[in-house]
Amino acid sequence: MTHFLIRRIFWAIFLFLVATIITYLIFFVIPADPAALAAGKAPTPQDVARVRHLMHLDLPIYQQYWLFLWNLIRHGSLGHSFVNRQSVRYLVGEDAPVTASLVFGGAVFWLSLSIPVGILSALRPRSLLDRIAMLFVLVGISAHPVWIGLILSYVFGYKLGITPIAGYCNFFPGTPGAQCSGPIQWAYHLILPWITFMVLFAALYVRLIRANVMETMSEDYVRTARAKGAGERRVMVQHVLRNSMLPVVTILGMDIGLALGGAIFTETVFNLPGLGNNLVSAANADDLPLVVGIVVFATLAVIVFNFLVDVAYAFLDPRIRLS
Amino acid sequence: MSELLVVENLQKHFPVTRGLILQKEVGAVKAVDGVSFSVAAGETLGVVGESGCGKSTMARCVARLLEPTGGRIIFDGRDITHLDRTQMRAVRRDMMMVFQDPYASLNARKRVGSIVGEPLEVHGIGTEAERKRRVQELLKIVGLNPEHYNRFPHEFSGGQRQRIGIARALVVNPKLIICDEPVSALDVSVQAQILNLLKDLQRDFGLTYIFIAHDLNVVRHISERVMVMYLGKAVEVGTKHELYAEPKHPYTGALLSAVPIADPSLGRVRKQIVLGGDVPSPLNPPAACRFHPRCPRFVDGKCNVDEPLLTPAPGAVDHRFACHFPLERWPMSEEEIRRAPAFAGAD
Amino acid sequence: MALLEVKDLRTSFRTDDGVVKAVSGVDFALERGQTLGVVGESGSGKSVTFLTLMGLVDPRHAMVSGSVLFDGEEILGAKTSRLREIRGARIGMIFQDPMTSLNPVKRIGWQLEEAVLLHNDVTRSEARKRAVEILKQVEIPRADQRIDDYPHQFSGGMRQRVMIAMALINNPEILIADEPTTALDVTTQAQILRLMKRLQDEFQMAIVMITHDLGVVAELADDVLVMYGGRVVEQASVDDLFAKPEMPYTWGLLGSLPRLNLIAARLEQIPGQPPSLLHPPSGCAFHPRCEFVMDVCRQELPELRPALGDETHRFRCHLDDEARARIWDAKRAKLVTEDVAA
Repeated sequence: MTHFLIRRIFWAIFLFLVATIITYLIFFVIPADPAALAAGKAPTPQDVARVRHLMHLDLPIYQQYWLFLWNLIRHGSLGHSFVNRQSVRYLVGEDAPVTASLVFGGAVFWLSLSIPVGILSALRPRSLLDRIAMLFVLVGISAHPVWIGLILSYVFGYKLGITPIAGYCNFFPGTPGAQCSGPIQWAYHLILPWITFMVLFAALYVRLIRANVMETMSEDYVRTARAKGAGERRVMVQHVLRNSMLPVVTILGMDIGLALGGAIFTETVFNLPGLGNNLVSAANADDLPLVVGIVVFATLAVIVFNFLVDVAYAFLDPRIRLS
Repeated sequence: MSELLVVENLQKHFPVTRGLILQKEVGAVKAVDGVSFSVAAGETLGVVGESGCGKSTMARCVARLLEPTGGRIIFDGRDITHLDRTQMRAVRRDMMMVFQDPYASLNARKRVGSIVGEPLEVHGIGTEAERKRRVQELLKIVGLNPEHYNRFPHEFSGGQRQRIGIARALVVNPKLIICDEPVSALDVSVQAQILNLLKDLQRDFGLTYIFIAHDLNVVRHISERVMVMYLGKAVEVGTKHELYAEPKHPYTGALLSAVPIADPSLGRVRKQIVLGGDVPSPLNPPAACRFHPRCPRFVDGKCNVDEPLLTPAPGAVDHRFACHFPLERWPMSEEEIRRAPAFAGAD
Repeated sequence: MALLEVKDLRTSFRTDDGVVKAVSGVDFALERGQTLGVVGESGSGKSVTFLTLMGLVDPRHAMVSGSVLFDGEEILGAKTSRLREIRGARIGMIFQDPMTSLNPVKRIGWQLEEAVLLHNDVTRSEARKRAVEILKQVEIPRADQRIDDYPHQFSGGMRQRVMIAMALINNPEILIADEPTTALDVTTQAQILRLMKRLQDEFQMAIVMITHDLGVVAELADDVLVMYGGRVVEQASVDDLFAKPEMPYTWGLLGSLPRLNLIAARLEQIPGQPPSLLHPPSGCAFHPRCEFVMDVCRQELPELRPALGDETHRFRCHLDDEARARIWDAKRAKLVTEDVAA
């Protein structure tokens, strides 16, 4: 198994390099001139040339990439935003917790809903519960998060006034400069976003879990367990769940990794200052270092989580662990 | 009778690789490790063996569905081992295959007429109308209703699907048909139908068969000659009369005695040889004689040092075996087998 | 009193395509220590009969009726808790495919211990001791080490031994084996059959051997049930069944076997295929394929009646005794027996 892990690590590094190279190259293809953008308002050609030199943009591409990589590895630096000159790393560091709050909190919600519903649906196929669950699945997959978010925001935020309409509160109380802070405010402002974000995933997971549990229940070893005299509860817990949840673990890891890259729709609707939202505004403002920085972070998140998923799977399935 | 197929020292090794980045070959699964045999025109060669013996792999290599890693295949006087795809295509008209699983070997999305007619299309034989006629003729020959030309496979039972597979193999008038466990997946009462059909077709069309099976009863019924394989090697080859009446290799003896006899009075009195252990993996086959770890007459220092080669049985017409201490007579009980005589088989 | 008495057992399944009549009235008895062979092909109902008896059919889709007396107690329709006490403790069951019949993510020691702990109030370490012991009895080498291995680390034959161990670990009175050797190589099959015979003596238990292989039945069984289309069509002692089969399906079955000890240029073939249980044939289920079919066969189901002079040998057929004797003598004369008494 160590072989397996070492190989996965090598692949992870390789993938990271490829992803960053491609991202880096892209901003040489788009028709914006970074030097012109960075040079401030109404620059003269000499200003632009000077900025270009300072930004090493007159060097060949591979050297620029190398400098970027070196900067990243050596100093952990992602450059500075064109728009406000702040360190990109700082900005990403500010945005990431917001997205993380949304994604992890949302994951807790969607798992708490989809696991019981999925299992119960599988145990009672075609029952009323099952049919309602399948209806929910259909709606959840079809309805767009923006639409859901706006509806929720309108009904609960505007009309009923139960929840805030938008905005984010810092988790840690007493943060200077923030309008609101503290865990309660934090959760309060995230309720609608959590619900919006999790609907799609909950729908997908209910369907997945239901299918997995149904399939596992018809496996021969479940019949063996019953033939031994095991009761239904024992059969479910000891034999069915462990085996049917295995694929859920892997998919969960991948989904979280992906979502960390930016739950754009939800963040935009509720105006949460997370990675997704800021990626959109950075792209609109042609703020290339910030765009690259967020993409790097997202890539890293995906790669790391995929790797963790591989490790978890190898750990949980003895057939892989011991081969 | 002339030899339609001659296989010399056929080998198929699947490489096993290890390594972090660059995959290095550290070993090989020797699925087929030097098998030689021949099949005369018009006869049936039965091939028996248990899991891991390589019989299916061997069949696929002969048909060049898998590329052999060594050896020669001479079909109808021509060395086909290294022919390229275009050249091989012409050969494939004469060498067709029938597979084990009647549910998986037919494309569920195609109509039966299209399935059976596909070989004709591939080889560009006849016009569309002629092909249709030929397909219907074949459906009749294999005992199906020609009017079912437009039905789908799922509308047929397992036995009927196997007939479709046979029709497909027969439609281009091949010389050789390789049957890979064609009745193993069928109910007993249907097996007999298919076996009878295969025999009738052989007689009517002068076909040559290679018949692979694990059921010794079935093989004996349908074959003239039989080859027993173990872990990638042929351990005994001969006419069925000689092989079944006087097996020389202890493995053949064990196989024969392991088959349950559908007659309680006989079953009770017979002497049974039960082998110990499991069939070993072809990844790490035992040294020299591959059967030696399980052989009741294993002689240390000989069987695990010198590999026995296929040698003719004295006095027999067509019977070869690969053993240093072949069975002196048959039947033998387990205790009798363990007493290996002092003489060496053929070295 | 017989250990197991089954009367008029019927099982039907509700499916999307209609009602499937898997078992349509099965009667038989099993004595202590007896080996009963149950022979049949697809759709014969041989497996469903015993799954029903064990309460392993899905109650949501299955309609079950009849009576099953186990040691005098009615277990068909008994409370689930009572059935659970019996399953795995007094009646053990093993299935066809040992690869898929064991939980892949649990060590076999755990699975064996589970079988013990479900029925016995003992500590885990006592259960483990029992598990090692039974693994030795089924001839698993180095049992005390291998007990901590996972199923995928065993070969097919070894896995089936583990299954047998699991079924026998609580000393049951009956072992029901549903095609236990069909998925195994013939030399492995010989090992497993020999093991089962030995264990039967050691454990003094009855065995029900469900199979399609008449050879296995001939080797192992004392008595045989032949099933077709969800019913018992013939039952007899194993010697009587092979020496004097009494109805066309059994004749066909025996005649269609290629055998080492018989020379037949052409095998006897039964035309057609096994019956659909969704739309079973009227009258005698075998009539569409029967060489000797008469009008009455299409209309009326023949009763299970005793053979001439032998109460224990019963069969279902409308042909009269004289006709059947004539036909069987003619068939037998066509076969040439070779003396290959191994």
